[in-house]
Amino acid sequence: MSSLRRRKPFNESSDSKPQSEKGEEEEHHEEDHDDDDDDDDNGKNKKIPSKIKKKRWEKLPSPPQQPPKWSCLDMCCWFIGCICVTWWLMLFLYNAMPASFPQYVTEAITGPLPDPPGVKLKKEGLVAKHPVVFVPGIVTGGLELWEGRGCAEGLFRNRLWGGTFGEVYKRPLCWVEHMSLDNETGLDPCGIRVRPVSGLVAADYFAPGYFVWAVLIANLARIGYEEKNMYMAAYDWRLSFQNTEVRDRTLSRIKSNIELLVATNGGRKVVAIPHSMGVLYFLHFMKWVEAPTPMGGGGGPNWCSKHIKAVVDIGGPFLGVPKAIAGLFSAEAKDIAVARALAPGFLDNDIFQFQTLQHVMRMSRTWDSTMSMIPRGGDTIWGGLHWSPEDGYSCSKEREKKNDTQITDQADAESVVCKARSANYGRIISFGKDVAEAPSSDIERIDFRGAIKGHTAANTTCRDVWTEYHDMGFAGIKAVAEYKTYTTESIVDLLHFIAPKMMARGTAHFSYGIADNLDDPKYTHYKYWSNPLETTLPNAPDMEIFSMYGVGLQTERAYVYKLSPHAECSIPFKIDTSADDEATCLRDGVYSVDGDETVPVLSAGFMCAKGWRGKTRFNPSGIKTYVREYNHLPPANLLEGRGTLSAAHVDIMGNFALIEDVIRIAAGASGEELGGDQVYSKIFNWSERINLQLDNETPVYSSR
Amino acid sequence: MASILRLRKLYYVEPAVKCSSVRFESLDESPKIDQKLGKKEEDVICANSLALEVKNKRKQAKEWRCMDSCCWIIGCLCTTWWLLLLLFHCWPVTLLRAPELPGPGVRLKREGLMALHPVVLVPGIVTGGLELWEGRSCADGLFRKRLWGGSFTEIFKRPLCLLEHLSLHYGTGLDPPGIRVRAVPGLVAADYFAPGYFVWAVLIENLAKIGYEGKNLHMAAYDWRLSFQNTEIRDHSLTRLKSKIELMYITNGYKKVVVVPHSMGAIYFLHFLKWVETPPPMGGGGGPGWCAKHIKATMNIGPTFLGVPKAVSNLFSAEGKDASYIRAMVPGVFDSEILGLQTFEHVMRMSRTWDSIVSLLPKGGDPIWGNMDSSPEEGHVCDFSKKSHSQTSLSDNNVNNSDVKRGFQVKGLAKYGRIISFGKAASVLHSSKLPTVDSKEFSQTSTSQNLNISCGEVWTEYDEMSRQNIQNAAADKAYTSTTLLDLLRLVAPKMMRRAEAHFSHGIADNLDDPKYNHYKYWSNPLEMKLPNAPDMEIYCLYGVGIPTERSYVYKLSPNSRCKSIPYQIDSSLSGEDNSCLRGGVYFADGDESVPVLSAGFMCAKGWRGRTRFNPSGIATHIREYRHKPPTSLLEGRGIESGAHVDIMGNSALIEDILRVAAGATGDEIGGDRIYSDILRMAERINL
Repeated sequence: MSSLRRRKPFNESSDSKPQSEKGEEEEHHEEDHDDDDDDDDNGKNKKIPSKIKKKRWEKLPSPPQQPPKWSCLDMCCWFIGCICVTWWLMLFLYNAMPASFPQYVTEAITGPLPDPPGVKLKKEGLVAKHPVVFVPGIVTGGLELWEGRGCAEGLFRNRLWGGTFGEVYKRPLCWVEHMSLDNETGLDPCGIRVRPVSGLVAADYFAPGYFVWAVLIANLARIGYEEKNMYMAAYDWRLSFQNTEVRDRTLSRIKSNIELLVATNGGRKVVAIPHSMGVLYFLHFMKWVEAPTPMGGGGGPNWCSKHIKAVVDIGGPFLGVPKAIAGLFSAEAKDIAVARALAPGFLDNDIFQFQTLQHVMRMSRTWDSTMSMIPRGGDTIWGGLHWSPEDGYSCSKEREKKNDTQITDQADAESVVCKARSANYGRIISFGKDVAEAPSSDIERIDFRGAIKGHTAANTTCRDVWTEYHDMGFAGIKAVAEYKTYTTESIVDLLHFIAPKMMARGTAHFSYGIADNLDDPKYTHYKYWSNPLETTLPNAPDMEIFSMYGVGLQTERAYVYKLSPHAECSIPFKIDTSADDEATCLRDGVYSVDGDETVPVLSAGFMCAKGWRGKTRFNPSGIKTYVREYNHLPPANLLEGRGTLSAAHVDIMGNFALIEDVIRIAAGASGEELGGDQVYSKIFNWSERINLQLDNETPVYSSR
Repeated sequence: MASILRLRKLYYVEPAVKCSSVRFESLDESPKIDQKLGKKEEDVICANSLALEVKNKRKQAKEWRCMDSCCWIIGCLCTTWWLLLLLFHCWPVTLLRAPELPGPGVRLKREGLMALHPVVLVPGIVTGGLELWEGRSCADGLFRKRLWGGSFTEIFKRPLCLLEHLSLHYGTGLDPPGIRVRAVPGLVAADYFAPGYFVWAVLIENLAKIGYEGKNLHMAAYDWRLSFQNTEIRDHSLTRLKSKIELMYITNGYKKVVVVPHSMGAIYFLHFLKWVETPPPMGGGGGPGWCAKHIKATMNIGPTFLGVPKAVSNLFSAEGKDASYIRAMVPGVFDSEILGLQTFEHVMRMSRTWDSIVSLLPKGGDPIWGNMDSSPEEGHVCDFSKKSHSQTSLSDNNVNNSDVKRGFQVKGLAKYGRIISFGKAASVLHSSKLPTVDSKEFSQTSTSQNLNISCGEVWTEYDEMSRQNIQNAAADKAYTSTTLLDLLRLVAPKMMRRAEAHFSHGIADNLDDPKYNHYKYWSNPLEMKLPNAPDMEIYCLYGVGIPTERSYVYKLSPNSRCKSIPYQIDSSLSGEDNSCLRGGVYFADGDESVPVLSAGFMCAKGWRGRTRFNPSGIATHIREYRHKPPTSLLEGRGIESGAHVDIMGNSALIEDILRVAAGATGDEIGGDRIYSDILRMAERINL
């Protein structure tokens, strides 16, 4: 003790002057107090000086104690230490916190939360009845490594896709290499095996905290579901549907598991719940399972009616999504395009050798599954140069639409809207905004199909990232742009033109047309199975098909493109983000329409609203169909996370109304008991406009 | 100005120094001094300022400076830690793993082995993960989180809640109302038990090297707490397994399945073999040819065919070798009532609701495990390191030449037959000197009134036993594996009643007796017939060379008031150097959990050739792996370990499995490979 104090004066005297000068004023201040103390010197007032002196002591001893040259580093350490300690404290508190605490806080702020649907329906007395099969969509399923190159050592059975994505940052090129498939076959590259994660964990959370199926699973568990009556039909979403069977036997597994579920649950049929691309996958499955071996599963003609009670499609891109085109064409969608506009030169920065987009494009073009999402049905469905089923849709009308949903069913409300200038949604890709808006007679198009692609040596100079664009010379690119505008039908040709290899692979597995005559034996080929316009539904009159999707969000529908300024090594086309037009829903070069942010209403709803409604040639056994729409409401506050009323493509999986419907169906309710159709959008009007032969007579097509 | 200030400061401090030298003792009396106003002003000021100063100083020294340096140290540590972490992450992965030898998978791939037969892994007890599907309010937020396996963090956070959820219903052995805990499915169920503690992971990785993946590799996870038939009743686990095997058989080009059960999984799979061919409703209805059609080989790793003595001590007093050591070293930690922990009681209560543990009780009774005076392992020498080396040549060549052994017998070594003896005397005395065990005596008195209502909330069945009975059961008696069951029936009547509806521990006299169609006999290899599948092969792969618990010396608990378990292992007992008694436990050869006898007997004798247990003459092979501890810390748990779980990382074992999975037969991988005395032991058993 005394030694400490003896050091004090020594330190102070050796201390630099500024230190003492700083304290100068306070010293004066204290001096007064000291005087006071001396005056009324009884024990009661002692506390005042003590505080002050403490202040002085605080100031004095600490800084001079350490030699000045260390102080900066010391301060840093000290600071980090403080932060760490507080962090640990908080962490400890957080961990010690009772689990119900956040909920309690939320309730205190926003008022009592509604019961989650599982709890609510359990109180109503619902119990697990039909086994449930989940079919995840594209991108949401996890993929793990089973065999890799040297650069991926130590990642055995770690998730490459889904989960934390930590590896993407640590070794991006290695990651891209492993995630890509073989360019020729669409299967594994040599020496690499990446396989889907199996079980419910495959797609319950996509990334930590970003739920996909987790909320639905949790609510189903409330009414008694567990592993024995739930099954996640995880598959490798990069492959074409038939290849999942060829490589992984996934379809056989699904078949076997459904049979097992039915057998172990007292013969009750399953309720299948596909999401997003899973809808197409399950469509493929239903055809596959009844088709004879070796191409099919050999389940016999009544397999579906024996094993499936209902198919509850959530956000199903039955007729494809325009987003897929942008993805394939220039590896960008609305979000990326905006990012590029905001920070020009970041994404296509060649200096850092990133070439991010090129890498992404090269990778995603090896994925056959992206081609399953190319819009199907051609101009008949998606509209031609001068018309589209959604004509008259106006973004500004959205508010109105929400208010009176009744009117939308009537045709006269629409005629009012029709007068307003509206986007030509049929032109899915146009080069330049003027082209997108011009009347069709004004557009001079030079056919690109015969154009010579020319030849460049670009791929030798453009580093190792190879995209098929490099095979295409400048002449070819120009030809593409000269054609000005593309409707759905010509887009398939366009893709054939710019990426012949990819499309050759893709068209072996997918088809985008409309069947003239479904009895044609060629339609027994698997490439037609996932196209609802080229297959018949199975013979299962008791089955029900629900199409559940969100509405009220802006969804990409058509694009305005421009040629990339430096069109040598990079992707030669990009979305023209400068194109904006409020009136026609054009924003940042993207025309949008009603939908769930990814799938337009037309694609999600048409089959159930018209194509399969009643006994049509696509639905010969008259399977009942229901359209259930969910209007989007953003979360009320941050505490709600992604909201319980959201209708966005993935967030809808946490929508309470949807979950309630799903649980009711799983517990045995039929579509009628659920309330039949629930429509907010103009899907019925739009379907009305689509002129598609639904009877079995020889159809005649004409686009308006 | 500054100079004046400095002067003031000096002045200010100096008197304090003076004061301190004068009256340092008066520090603590400073309040008193304050009150005494009669003293000299200066003196008071001096004292006051001194007192205050010192007080402040103390405070500062403690608060400020200590905090400061603490923070500083923590900051430094954090920074270095982060730096190291960063370095570690940036480190090229290959550098760390360069010196490692290529695993058996890589080696065999170079040899040209390819995945051929689909593989089914059947995990054992304890190693499988369990997750929560429905729970009480105390388990909020744990939905689909692992309660068992994984990081076990929840055990520390809410131990009682977890115990409640992991327990089953005492009456039925199924879920308690309102709680659903289910097995984790898929390969993740048992690849790692805890982070870094592999179970199946190494084997899976090596299988993957030669081409296995999700479509031809399946983990038959089941809820290991339940009795085997209940896994079917509650979860349809057996049906799922059947369907999975059929699916893999079809999707892999009609290649039969190689099944790899571990530990308790071996008898679970035995149960499955019978179940699948039995007609519904009790069985799976696969028909009599199912196994022959679908299964190529069963490669049992460390199988507990005839049970493990460890299960006895576990059920009897919830302690194993390790726990009793700890108790001996730190008496009063486990049974301290002060903390209200009652760890053992809780664990015992929980584990007694698990029917599966009863399946591990020694089976076959005295003929197998030995009676009061003799046991098959008699003459076993416990100096393991020496023995196992000198033994190999002998046991390989001339097994019948047991003259060497007889020499040891004179010494009167451990009487392994007495699985539980009370007091050391009871464990060594000749049987005629011991009081006979009369099971009727127990049953008469066991219905006594419950005296122990006041004994805390932890209820074990011991509380229902009267003191008299507890002492009766103990009084200098020894129990063999047959009478042991009576003892357990005495101390835990309800548990045994529940569990014995699912398991049987006897030996069948006549296997054609229709009563053996009941499922409770299916998991006992001595009371079931193997299926009619002459092409199938059965392997027994297990480690040897590690002392394994074989029988116990018990004593009454010293503090046997109401709360605690009345018996505990007498860990004070240890024999001389080469006796097998250590810490109250007699050891025999084995893999640390399963004695050689249990793991090897069926393959060595019970099923060898065409016996009544194996009417179709399924080929059996014994592959033993001698334990070698890891040579350095870097090796982790070693690639030559023979320990019960660590053997799953044993390269030789993995190579054998890979070869069989790739199509080899038992003779092609070298037939029997024996280091232990198993054949001689089996010889002694008279069945």
